[in-house]
Amino acid sequence: MIPAFNGLEFGIVIAMFAVVAVLGFVATRWRRQTSLSSVEEWGLGGRRFGTAVSWFLIGGDLYTAYTFVAVPALLFGTGAAGFFAVPYTIAVFPLVMFVAARMWSVCHEHGYATAADFVRGRHGSAILALLVAITGIVATMPYIALQLTGIRAVIETVGIGGDWPLWVAFVVLAAYTFTSGLRAPALVAFVKDILIYVMVLVAVIYIPYKLGGYDVIFRGAQSALAKKGYGTLLTGSQYLGYTTLALGSALALFLYPHAVTGVLAANSRKVVKKNMSLLPAYSLMLGFIALLGYMALAAHVKPVGGTAAAPDTTTIVPVLFNNEFPHWFAGIAFGAIVIGALVPAAIMAIAAANTFARDIYRPYIRRHASPREEALVSQIVSIVLKLGAVGVIVGLKLTFALEFQLIGGVIVIQILPSVVLGLYTRWFHRWALAIGWVVGMGLSVYMLYVTKSTTAAHFGSASFALSTWGLHTKVTIWTGIVGVVANLVVASVLTPLLARLPRGTDETSPADYFEAEAPPIPAGSAPAA
Amino acid sequence: MNGEPRPRLRNRWVLLLLLLPLVAVLVPEFYNFSSPSIGGMPFFYWWQLLWIAGVAVCVAIVYLATRRAR
Repeated sequence: MIPAFNGLEFGIVIAMFAVVAVLGFVATRWRRQTSLSSVEEWGLGGRRFGTAVSWFLIGGDLYTAYTFVAVPALLFGTGAAGFFAVPYTIAVFPLVMFVAARMWSVCHEHGYATAADFVRGRHGSAILALLVAITGIVATMPYIALQLTGIRAVIETVGIGGDWPLWVAFVVLAAYTFTSGLRAPALVAFVKDILIYVMVLVAVIYIPYKLGGYDVIFRGAQSALAKKGYGTLLTGSQYLGYTTLALGSALALFLYPHAVTGVLAANSRKVVKKNMSLLPAYSLMLGFIALLGYMALAAHVKPVGGTAAAPDTTTIVPVLFNNEFPHWFAGIAFGAIVIGALVPAAIMAIAAANTFARDIYRPYIRRHASPREEALVSQIVSIVLKLGAVGVIVGLKLTFALEFQLIGGVIVIQILPSVVLGLYTRWFHRWALAIGWVVGMGLSVYMLYVTKSTTAAHFGSASFALSTWGLHTKVTIWTGIVGVVANLVVASVLTPLLARLPRGTDETSPADYFEAEAPPIPAGSAPAA
Repeated sequence: MNGEPRPRLRNRWVLLLLLLPLVAVLVPEFYNFSSPSIGGMPFFYWWQLLWIAGVAVCVAIVYLATRRAR
C-alpha cells in the first residue's frame, strides 16, 4: 500500500538532491593539484584528507543508509537483538585502532590502494591477492544495493510507487562520481552528516515528548513485541548470537574495501588513530536512531510498501516522521536519508572499482596498463556497479536484501587472516592462507545456504541455528565466526606442513608499518607491483 | 620510515584500556536487565549507550599515550 502523494515533501527531497548533485560535480576542483587520471587521485582523493574530512568521510561511509532504516526496522521487528549494532560499533574502534594505523602506514609507504595490493606485496602471492580482491568486490555489491532500500523507503512514504526515482538518483550519482571520484562523497558527507545530526537530535527529543516519555515508549514497545514472542531484553538463548554478531561485524567492518579506502585517503597515520576516538560520535547517533524502532512500535506505526504477509518494515522511520512531524521537517529528514544513501554508495562503488582496476584488470587483463588507463577502468567499473545495484534491488525482493549486509560480513571476514594477521606476522604460508580461505568460505556459504527464514528457503539469515547440527538448543551463532575460525585452524595446521613449498617474497620491511607521514607519492606514479 | 628508530612505548599497560569496552559490551550477562532504569530507559540500553562515551575516552587515552611511539 502506497500512501497519498505529498508534494511538499517530494519538492524538498528533490531540492536537496539537486544541491548535492551540484556539490558532487563541483568537488572535482576541490583540493586538486593534478589531473584526476590515476587511481591515487580519482579513487583515493590524492591521500590528502586531514582529521575533519576523514571523520566525515569514514563516518559517512560506515554509518550508511542501512543504519537509518534497517537498524530501527530490526528493533521494530525483533526487539533487543536488533540493538547489536551498538556493541558492534563500540567494539570496532579498540579492535581496529592499531590495525588501521599499520595498514595506513604500509600502504602509504608502498603506494598500495587496496587490501589486495597489500596482500600481494606482503605474501608475494598473486592468487591470494585475487581471492582477497574478489571477496571484497562480492561483499560490497549487495551493500551498494542495500543503500537503495533507504531511498526506496523514502520514495514509498512520499507516495511514489515506481522504481524510476531510483534510476534517476543513481544515474546522477554515477555521473558525478565518474568525474569527481572520492572527492565527491567526501564533500557531500559534510552536508549529509550535519543534516542527519540535526534530524536525530530533534527526533529523539521531540518524539518522546509527544509520545509521553521514554518509559511510555519502552512499555509500548515491550507490549507490542511480546505479541510476536520478542521483548526489550534478550533471552538467554540469544546471548551467543548477540555477542558473536556484534564481535564478528566489528572484525569484518574494516575489511570492506570502502572502509580501507576511507582509511587510506587520510593524510597521516595520526589522523587514522585520532579518528578512532572521534568516530564513536556516530555510534551515539546510531544508538538513538535504533530507538526510533521502539518509538514506531509505541506510536503504532504501520509500515507501507511490501506485501501484506511481509510488509516493508524499512519504511517505519519515514512513516514515523511523516506522522509525528510537520511535512516540511519530514521532507528535510527524508532528504537527509536519501543523501545518506548516496555517500556510502559512491564510496563503496569507488572502492570496489579500485580493487577491480588494481587487482584484477592490471595483473590479469592488461599487465602494462598506464595509471591513466587504470583510473579509466576504475571509473567505468564504478558506474557498472551502481547500475548493477539498481538492477538487483528492482529485480529482487526487498526483505531478502536486508540479510545481504549480514551475508556480506560473513564473506568479507574470510580475508582477515591474510590481511589483518598479515599486518603483524609472516608466519603463515601463502598457500595455507589460500586453502584456509577456501575452507572458511566454503563452510560459511554452506551454513548460509541451509539457513531458512520466514520468506526464503536458503540464505535466510547470517545467524546459524545450532539445532541444524542436531544440538538440542535454541542458541544461534553468527556464521562468519564459525567460518573464520575454521579458516584460521586450517591455515595454522597447514603452515608447518607446507614449509617445503616456496614462500613468496615480502617487499615490506618492519619499519614500513610505523611510517608516520612520508612525503606524498607523486601523482601518477606506478604502484609497486 | 627510514631513519630514526621509533621510541618504545613505556607504559604498555595502557593498552589494556582497549579491552575494557570490549568486555563491557560484548558480554550480555553483565547488562541484560531492565533495572535500574534512567528516565524510563532500561539498564540494557543506557549501559550500552554510555559505553559509546566510554570507548571514545579509552581510545583517546591510548591515542595520547601512544602518540610518540608506535
